[in-house]
Amino acid sequence: MVDKPLDELTAALRALLPADSVITDPVRLRTYECDGLTYHRATPGVVVLPETAEQIAGVVRACNDFGVPFVARGSGTGLSGGALPRQDGVLIVTSKMRRVLEIDLPNRRAVVEPGVTNLAITEAVRDQGYYYAPDPSSQQVCSIGGNVAENSGGAHCLKYGFTVNHIEACEIVTPDGDLVTLDRMDPGYDLLGAFIGSEGTLGIATKITVRLSRTPEAVTTVLAAFESIEQGGQAVSAIVGVGIVPAAIEMMDALAIEAAEAAVACSYPEGAGAVLIVELDGPEREVVRQFARLQQICSGAFELRTADDPAERAAIWKGRKSAFAAVGRISPAYIVQDGVVPRTSLPKVLAAIDRLSEEYGIRVANVFHAGDGNLHPLVLFDDAESGAGERAETVSGAILDLCIEHGGSITGEHGVGVDKAKYMPRMFSADDLDTMQLVRCAFDPKGLSNPGKVFPTPRLCGEVPGVRKGVHPLVASGQAEQF
Amino acid sequence: MTSGGIDPKLINDCVHCGFCLPTCPTYTLWGEEMDSPRGRIHLMKQHVEGTPVTPEMAGHFDACLGCMACVTACPSGVRYDRLIEQTRAEVERVHVREPRERAVREIVFSLFPYPRRLRLLRPGMALAERMAPFLERVHPSLGAMAGLAPQVERRQRIPRLVRARGPRRAVVGMLTGCVQGEFFPQVNAATARVLALEGCDVVIPPGQGCCGALSVHSGREEQARRLARRTVRTFTKAGVDTVVVNAAGCGSSMKEYGQLLDAEPGFRVLDLSEYLVELGPVADRHPLPVTVAYHDACHLAHAQGIRAQPRELLTAIPGLDLREVPESAICCGSAGTYNIFQPEAARDLGDRKAKSVASTGAELLVSANPGCTMQIAAAMRRGGARIRVAHTAEVLDASLRGVSL
Repeated sequence: MVDKPLDELTAALRALLPADSVITDPVRLRTYECDGLTYHRATPGVVVLPETAEQIAGVVRACNDFGVPFVARGSGTGLSGGALPRQDGVLIVTSKMRRVLEIDLPNRRAVVEPGVTNLAITEAVRDQGYYYAPDPSSQQVCSIGGNVAENSGGAHCLKYGFTVNHIEACEIVTPDGDLVTLDRMDPGYDLLGAFIGSEGTLGIATKITVRLSRTPEAVTTVLAAFESIEQGGQAVSAIVGVGIVPAAIEMMDALAIEAAEAAVACSYPEGAGAVLIVELDGPEREVVRQFARLQQICSGAFELRTADDPAERAAIWKGRKSAFAAVGRISPAYIVQDGVVPRTSLPKVLAAIDRLSEEYGIRVANVFHAGDGNLHPLVLFDDAESGAGERAETVSGAILDLCIEHGGSITGEHGVGVDKAKYMPRMFSADDLDTMQLVRCAFDPKGLSNPGKVFPTPRLCGEVPGVRKGVHPLVASGQAEQF
Repeated sequence: MTSGGIDPKLINDCVHCGFCLPTCPTYTLWGEEMDSPRGRIHLMKQHVEGTPVTPEMAGHFDACLGCMACVTACPSGVRYDRLIEQTRAEVERVHVREPRERAVREIVFSLFPYPRRLRLLRPGMALAERMAPFLERVHPSLGAMAGLAPQVERRQRIPRLVRARGPRRAVVGMLTGCVQGEFFPQVNAATARVLALEGCDVVIPPGQGCCGALSVHSGREEQARRLARRTVRTFTKAGVDTVVVNAAGCGSSMKEYGQLLDAEPGFRVLDLSEYLVELGPVADRHPLPVTVAYHDACHLAHAQGIRAQPRELLTAIPGLDLREVPESAICCGSAGTYNIFQPEAARDLGDRKAKSVASTGAELLVSANPGCTMQIAAAMRRGGARIRVAHTAEVLDASLRGVSL
């Protein structure tokens, strides 16, 4: 396919970047066709691997010159297809930008490039008694640039908040190619707040100032095994009810435990219908007191394990942190869903998921951040079985309907991306969505920065809002497939 | 079918989560998807689905060190080790390399797996360093080979049988290997002594050759099977039920003989450290006041899952101070013949590892693979630092015999 603007743009990109940082070989390009969500695929028109913010700005300006869309990608671990490339566009990959530029412990800040992994920040300051708090399960792989784009969460967000609570400033390349810095201290509108979680639609972060936290004085991790998921759910409500704010409360059901066991031999108590991982941290005396309360609350558990040292703690977390990928051990294919419900609705929603599972003959493993009602149902299916994928997709969508029905949300932390854009109208009215578009258009009037993500219709600014009919334009143009 | 010997089922186990990326040496160096395990599996998938092997594609497979760190990291249990072996064999079958590259590969594969041919090289080793610049011009791989040449110790004849000291607790076979046997004879001697001091009759069949590891790891299946069959015959004839191996790369390949030959050999294969821990110590440990950095050879740590045993053996030596090497899970760049075929990447990884090892302040670098030792020592020499190197067996030998290292 001859794509004139893209060809001309590629020539321009070669002038901006070293030869081996511009990828056009079709075989190589295809390795970038998807991120962590593999059922949306599109081979990028061209991939660039810049090493500086100026190079990114140059690439974005060149895209503007030729009217070519661009998509940013970090480690490619996203679970909503936020980094799904465009066949007619440029994929800007930040994985070569992995330098920790500055560590300022007195002011508890670190300045890093976007390709630095989440865990690498903690590793750089751990010995001095600091860490970077948000901890998505993919923290050893996922990039901080991607965390900013998705406003990533993690198990410990219950107490410490999401990425947005831990970013002090971002140098960004705006959709028209300007290099600007958004700082939390800036008076006026919270543009940094708007940028974080914008899923690549408002520009690309090129330098990120993160807030560092002090390693807590004491940490106690408890693994409580319950016979049923209801008992586990009751314990969660009781913990929060007495006013304890644990660093994390995680729950896994029997099927998720089975997968984790198969993958990493985490040795969770046998026969558990649900396990709860509760982590208490803070000043020693507080943790000791909270632990005593926790033991009373979890008296219904048939086994209670505690970990006080890092090795034991890692052993407890191992099963939970590997749960998503571990499901590959018990099912040929699966969909990782991400939804939120009010904590008090957990038992009702879980029961309804069970009914869906039975009705469609599709197994659902549940892993969730129970403390804040963030569900991660893993919808399992065999892609070799005809129709199974469609049924799984139906179950997966119905789970989101359940979340909305109970006053929750279609995403807790994985983002909307391309995958959930179609669910946005179920949660928001056309007016709501158009209002959001106004924000987007203020940053990206040409609609070049990650178009087709977040919003159901990749409408250009100035177009009259209306409900989209027929197939998705991405599907129609062959850039994406829907399953 | 165009896919040849690559099993699509193994490919489909990959869920594209990316947990392998940070453990991959080439991704660590270059940050590019197609030089990560996830990207390479994607390339394999493209090939299985009908894309021919292009020189670019082959290049990304060749750039894989086969360190298996990704196998350790993978939560989905993808057998990348099997996949890359199948892929390399497929590349050898269907891909025609450019003539110069072909010639160098022929030299290496008609040399290394053959102890007698290696022996002929010994007198030339001293010359190698001086010839390196000339060889470098002919082909970077030849230059790299010359640059790695170790100072070889005097040949030590090892008897066919070393009797246990004290009451006999076991009878074991011992692999002498090809590179190990010719370039590091002192390691084999130390291994035999340690086993004997711990109460083992050590059977060392003469006429052993290469176990086939180098060929397996490079996709030369036929050569690999031939060498493996011969090794199985040799130890079967020797009548042992346990074969102890002191080279990590050989051990990991021999443990996969069942897969390679479609039949389990009649003996079990254990790494020296694995076997010694299983056996339990009886010999006295004399003090060795030395600071040691222990390097995890990939084919021991990742391919065989042996991390605790060597550390247990080393820390049991009184006076020995064991230091952990940062980024210990990342390959040193040696990787069998990798440092010969991919000299540039191997050099970068070697430099990275040398820096990590230097940061421990240790005076002695211990590892269980001769390739790693050669590689890291060469990198440290380049960086102007010097560190003494030893095999785990040599350290144990010194402690058991009460001699200095």
